[in-house]
Amino acid sequence: MTAIATDTQMRLLIIEDDRESADYLVKAFREVGYVADLAADGEEGLALAEGNDYDVLVVDRMLPKRDGLSLIGALREKGNRTPVLILSALGQVDDRIKGLRAGGDDYLPKPYSFAELLARIEVLSRRRSGPAEDTTYRVGDLELDRLSHRVTRGKEELTLQPREFRLLEYLMKHAGQVVTRTMLLENVWDYHFDPQTNVIDVHISRLRSKIDKGFDRPLLHTIRGAGYMIRDGLR
Amino acid sequence: MTAFGKLIRTTAFRLTLVYLFLFALFAASLLAFFAWNTRRLITEQITATVNAETSEISDTFARRGLRGLVLAIENRALRPGANLYLVTTPAGQAIAGNVGSLAPGVMATTGWSETAYRRLDDQDSTDHYALVRVTELSGGFRLLIGRDLEERRRLFGIVAKAAQWSLLIVIVLGLGGGIFVARRVLHRIDAMTGTTQRIMAGDLSGRLPVGRSGDELDRLALNLNAMLERIEALMMGLKEVSDNIAHDLKTPLTRLRNRAEEALAKSRTEAEYRSALERTIDESDGLIRTFNALLMIARAESGQARGNMDDFDAADVARGIHELYEPFAEEDGMTLHVKAEPAPLHGNRELISQALANLVENAIKYGKPDLAVQPLNAGAATEAERKTILIEAKRAGDRILLSVTDRGPGIPVGDRKHAIERFVRLEASRTQPGSGLGLSLASAVATLHGGDLRLDDAHPGLIATLAIPALSGSSDRLAAQTQDMPQKAA
Repeated sequence: MTAIATDTQMRLLIIEDDRESADYLVKAFREVGYVADLAADGEEGLALAEGNDYDVLVVDRMLPKRDGLSLIGALREKGNRTPVLILSALGQVDDRIKGLRAGGDDYLPKPYSFAELLARIEVLSRRRSGPAEDTTYRVGDLELDRLSHRVTRGKEELTLQPREFRLLEYLMKHAGQVVTRTMLLENVWDYHFDPQTNVIDVHISRLRSKIDKGFDRPLLHTIRGAGYMIRDGLR
Repeated sequence: MTAFGKLIRTTAFRLTLVYLFLFALFAASLLAFFAWNTRRLITEQITATVNAETSEISDTFARRGLRGLVLAIENRALRPGANLYLVTTPAGQAIAGNVGSLAPGVMATTGWSETAYRRLDDQDSTDHYALVRVTELSGGFRLLIGRDLEERRRLFGIVAKAAQWSLLIVIVLGLGGGIFVARRVLHRIDAMTGTTQRIMAGDLSGRLPVGRSGDELDRLALNLNAMLERIEALMMGLKEVSDNIAHDLKTPLTRLRNRAEEALAKSRTEAEYRSALERTIDESDGLIRTFNALLMIARAESGQARGNMDDFDAADVARGIHELYEPFAEEDGMTLHVKAEPAPLHGNRELISQALANLVENAIKYGKPDLAVQPLNAGAATEAERKTILIEAKRAGDRILLSVTDRGPGIPVGDRKHAIERFVRLEASRTQPGSGLGLSLASAVATLHGGDLRLDDAHPGLIATLAIPALSGSSDRLAAQTQDMPQKAA
């Protein structure tokens, strides 16, 4: 696992015109140790984003003066590649596609849970600061070779189904970070709807029985109210 | 506006007026042509007769002298319906003929002229008119031969009368017809307007009257009625949905509120508060899900999701959903199988995946065999077989069939249509969690793609099928592509 300093403070810009939800976000991010600036309209947001170096921008789609998508377009045109997470009340698949086409990196429909937002922001900022494109991922004694599709724990080779491999690959790529069920469904299965049942949990428990069963130290952890995380417990 | 004012403003009436004018013009020109030609014919006939007689009598004068001339004139003048004859001396004195008096100066000039005259034997004192020719004979004598024009005048009179009458008849018939047609149209339009106003006032059940003639107004009324039918259905749907939303969103909202209140009133420990808050979050997540499903159904039904369509193979969708749900089904004691043949179609892949996922979730939730009600020997053989759910993708004619078959209790025939409606949860399923929107969404997705959702009996069990028009044209290309790819083991 690449040692990226998550302890250096994360700087966010929140561009949101609803005062109450903006204040809630700023406060909530401060509690987890982030610095969050606030812009109340599109023009102000664009000026702040251009003038400062943020780790992630959280942009509402419908903003006064300049809407979120055009703001992102303007930033990208000027070569600013800061990761952008779009927050929007428009949550349908085609809205999402529109948002990502405009240059957004992730799309979260309102209402959202803060845990989901936090997990997604972590993943976005990690993506920016470290190229997680290594050919081998390692967590503790678990090793995944992305080229040969071999997975080993200690000296034992594990046999995974193709989908289980992709699930583990995604979890290990974001090792040490919370990954939500929706993120897994979107990134591993490429579905953007919300199954009424806990289908993902069953996949996780199958994977867990393969990688953790019979070993002293569990690596795949359930984070209550948020999702899952793969992590070497001792670190 | 007065009734008459309304009448003469109708299109039908105005058209009638135009036709009336055209017909009058036509009749007038026909009569004028007829009159002019008749006059010409009569004149020609008179001219010919008079010319012939003139030359005959001039001949007699040349051969037999004045006496012969007078004799011939007297002879001819006595015949019934005779022409007019007059011979004068160079001094202008009449010596033979049947003319009593002439307009002055007629004998002075030779050639053709029209003149008033009286016959010698005339009793009445009115003037007649004639067309006459005066010829100069040798020795200064003058000969007048002419023919009465009474016939021509009478004919003219007839034509003029005919013109008057025909004009009168045309006007009367035209106006009458116009008023009749206009009133008929006006009557029907008024009926339509009345109905429309009633409908606008809020009575959506009103329908326009449709006649039996099948004319353009009937067709218009039929089309408007079809439109009204659709509007009424939509309005009913909207009303039903808002009623259902009110019910199905208010119930969990009330629960949410009650729990919060209860927690405030009774909780003592942090753990109690925590569990109350967790339940609150669960409840609101359920609400959000219901809301999202409703929005998606509305989108699919309004056709807005049409923008996001591309070509893909429904077999991939079937395999994908099987792969996603297979562990979950197994956890629940069921077995999920997939049978996928190439089934190319054009559509919104995400929506079709979700629709199929809903059918699979339903099959897992409600498709468990009720072994107490249907003992094993009733239908399929073993318990394992009865706990099997089959996802199938195939092409049948011009349709793609994506079906999910379970071996559970099924849905009674009478309930099937009802089961697809929004928020409907059949009695058997009330105890299970769910929003009652799964089949509605699947049905809305099928409709969006020009297909439908069918529920059939699997003897025992339920087959839920999304039947969607297959991709035409480029279908062979896609099918070939799919066959080239090695199929993953299910």
